[in-house]
Amino acid sequence: MSLDLSPPILSATEDARRQIEICNACRYCEGFCSVFPAMTRQKAFADGDLTQLANLCHNCRGCYYACQYTAPHEFALNIPAALAEVRVESWERLARPQTIARLFQTHGVAMAGLLVVVLALFFWALSALRPEAGAGFYAYLTHNTLVAIFAPAFVLPLALIALSVRDYWREVGGGRVRLAHVLSAFDSAARMKNLSGGHGEGCNFEKGDRFSDRRRVYHQLMMYGFLLCFASTASATLLHYGLAFEAPYSLISVPKLLGVPGGLMMVVGSAGLGWLKLRADRSLGAARVWGGEMAFVLLLGAVALTGLTLYAATGSTLVKPLLAIHLSTVMVLFLLMPFSKMVHGFYRLAALIAEAGKPAPAGERA
Amino acid sequence: MKDWPETFDIAVVGGGNAALCAAITAAEAGASVLILEGAPNSYRGGNSRHTRNFRCMHKGPMFPLTDAYEEEEYLHDLMLVTKGKTDEGLARLAIRSSEECLPWMQAHGVRFQPSLSGTLSLSRTNAFFLGGGKALVNAYYNTAEDLGVKVAYEALVSHVHREGNRITYLEVEIAGRPVTVKARAFVLASGGFQADIDWLARAWGPSARNFLIRGTPYNRGVVLRDMIDQGAEQVGDPTQCHAVAIDGRAPKYDGGIVTRLDCVPFSIVLNTKGERFYNEGEDVWPKRYAIWGRLVAAQPDQVGFALIDAKSIDLFMPSVFPPVKADTIEELAEKMGLDPQAVRQTVDGFNAACRPGKFHPTELDGLATEGLDVPKTNWARPLDTPPFYGYQLRPGVTFTYLGLKVDAQAQVHGAEGPIRNLWAAGEIMAGSILGQGYLAGFGMTIGTVFGRIAGKEAAAHVA
Ligand SMILES: Cc1cc2nc3c(=O)[nH]c(=O)nc-3n(C[C@H](O)[C@H](O)[C@H](O)COP(=O)(O)OP(=O)(O)OC[C@H]3O[C@@H](n4cnc5c(N)ncnc54)[C@H](O)[C@@H]3O)c2cc1C
Ligand code: SF4
Ligand code: SF4
Repeated sequence: MSLDLSPPILSATEDARRQIEICNACRYCEGFCSVFPAMTRQKAFADGDLTQLANLCHNCRGCYYACQYTAPHEFALNIPAALAEVRVESWERLARPQTIARLFQTHGVAMAGLLVVVLALFFWALSALRPEAGAGFYAYLTHNTLVAIFAPAFVLPLALIALSVRDYWREVGGGRVRLAHVLSAFDSAARMKNLSGGHGEGCNFEKGDRFSDRRRVYHQLMMYGFLLCFASTASATLLHYGLAFEAPYSLISVPKLLGVPGGLMMVVGSAGLGWLKLRADRSLGAARVWGGEMAFVLLLGAVALTGLTLYAATGSTLVKPLLAIHLSTVMVLFLLMPFSKMVHGFYRLAALIAEAGKPAPAGERA
Repeated sequence: MKDWPETFDIAVVGGGNAALCAAITAAEAGASVLILEGAPNSYRGGNSRHTRNFRCMHKGPMFPLTDAYEEEEYLHDLMLVTKGKTDEGLARLAIRSSEECLPWMQAHGVRFQPSLSGTLSLSRTNAFFLGGGKALVNAYYNTAEDLGVKVAYEALVSHVHREGNRITYLEVEIAGRPVTVKARAFVLASGGFQADIDWLARAWGPSARNFLIRGTPYNRGVVLRDMIDQGAEQVGDPTQCHAVAIDGRAPKYDGGIVTRLDCVPFSIVLNTKGERFYNEGEDVWPKRYAIWGRLVAAQPDQVGFALIDAKSIDLFMPSVFPPVKADTIEELAEKMGLDPQAVRQTVDGFNAACRPGKFHPTELDGLATEGLDVPKTNWARPLDTPPFYGYQLRPGVTFTYLGLKVDAQAQVHGAEGPIRNLWAAGEIMAGSILGQGYLAGFGMTIGTVFGRIAGKEAAAHVA
């Protein structure tokens, strides 16, 4: 009765199952994050259970450095990588259309390529569709043209994501959604509770087995910066339609008060996350999507940076090229939402909500 | 090694909990310290990397511990498991000092978590390390490094050179190259000898070759043997080791915590002849798991087979390897390499001896068999609900009892009195306190308490 543990060719899900079963007999990492308490609910793990655990994992790597069974031990545990692989596969599997998904998740180059194409289109549009009159950047593209281009580019990807998240919910056996579950999930996400390492000192991302809060800080800068920018755009839309108050706005206006700090936060967040990514051990994540993830981080930074520069260049001759570049980055970001790391926010929230709705993890056994 | 001084103030042998506590304490007192860890970096931390908690006295709730656990109760628990075979003075010292260990550990990077699911019964007595022993070991290595402690990995100490009542240098092989390490004081924290199977076989008999070693392959007792050969005072029964019944499919070394099996109280356990040999329901599992290592070790081929039916499979912590599963008892026996007829007969006999009554998995329910030579006195329910499951059990050695005798200053003695600049901490001297038996979490308490004492005394010696 010997058990062959030499790495047979296991699929990502099979390997995650093998590893999670070892953890479930150990449980030493219970206090790090919500993955470990969640796994104590069962002894056998269906594919959907693993998808859910994978999407609860924040790749903080605490459970890698704390594990007595990492290679060269024959159990060869690497939970952060195993779950990252299952997670990325789940996003690829649930995304539609499939082929595009695979292309953009893994290849930063593909993202750059798309950027160039969109950029060329915008340059063309700026010249060809230039209006007779208009202030600020509306001198180059009318508000209506902008809306006509961006509304579908924003709404369609969101609709695709909604479909994918619905499939996710089915796959992991999510129950009825209650407000309390949603609130608890938002609370976790807002504080990045699961990146605190369970002791509030952060995770093991860029400093090996030492704890660091940098990743949490940069991620929050990025997330809140992004939300501020989003709020800025939303407020501008309101001003435009509601109060017929059109851009360009001065520095002491709602859109700018939200957008400028938001943009700055995103730039710092992006630079920080990119830097951390360079320093962290790639073999503890989904190595094959490293390029795609890095490109996504840089794209977010580019959106913010070009936006800020565009604002700074108001009135100069640089507005036209800067506008083209900025609009292109925004466009690419929108278009790629369903196929880039951007989806992690949606799945993560779904996973947290689903977790909040499940029965409390196993208690005492004999 | 280029940046090493000619002579260190203190050389610490070993790289587990006791060694690290000694090194950190000594470095904080201003000494220059070298840690010689026999294992490579990836396996550093000895058996300490497999631990999950330490037993801690406390007068009131103190995170992560609930309620209170005071000196007398702690000592009483210890006396119970060791059947009085303990040095009460040293035991009280360890128990009393354990309380201040918790904040000390936190101040040096160790983080705690509430008692793990499945171990609620320990939430009052044992403080659980967040991430387990490897996380503790990592925290200590980082703290030591920040204090300027030097660490050599793959540094196997082969000889501790004694001249009269002093130690002068160590013979070490570092990454395969012989090196002489000079220091003014020495702390031995290199664990027990359980990974030396030949030694185990000499002490226990040839059947020890079939034992599995739950922890590190690096604790081979080389330094312990060397010191005993040089007349250091020893303590503890050399023929004894702490062994529990673990999954027979576990690796030979380093299988750690996950290979434990908690199924015995809900099983019948057979030997290779298909016969039961001991009361599986004698007491609650935490009080019995430590005897099953010996029970299985006494059976032919040092192997046992636990059989369970579908009624009980979810009543214990999950196992690391899935159980063997079959729809009939005969098929299960076949799959486990047992004689189906013999097993059938044993199961039939057992089932017929079961009596109706209320089954209660978490307490002594008195549900006992009647008329069997080997009774089962609790949780005796017939094996009648397919599918049936089976686990192979083997003895897994946790640690050995033989060690160096130390005094309350953790100092090692020769026949003529203390060896002036030599201290010992952890498993290598645990026999001074634990004559037999074991109290969960006490190994780390001994290592932390005596590691800190050894570090302090050694630093005072060189100051
Ligand atoms: C699976 C398992 C679980 C356990 N769980 C717990 C628990 O939860 N709580 C608890 O209190 N106890 C537990 N124990 C017992 C506990 O591990 C020991 O009591 C404790 O770790 C001993 O600490 P130590 O520092 O003395 O030895 P170790 O941590 O074993 O350290 C010995 C060190 O010496 C090194 N070494 C050995 N020989 C040489 C040499 N010749 N030269 C140089 N270096 C050498 C080794 O590489 C190692 O680093 C457990 C044991 C096992 C096996
Ligand atoms: S990662 Fe390792 S230490 Fe953590 S629960 Fe899993 S097996 Fe245990
Ligand atoms: S990497 Fe972090 S978040 Fe993911 S399972 Fe491990 S401890 Fe949890």
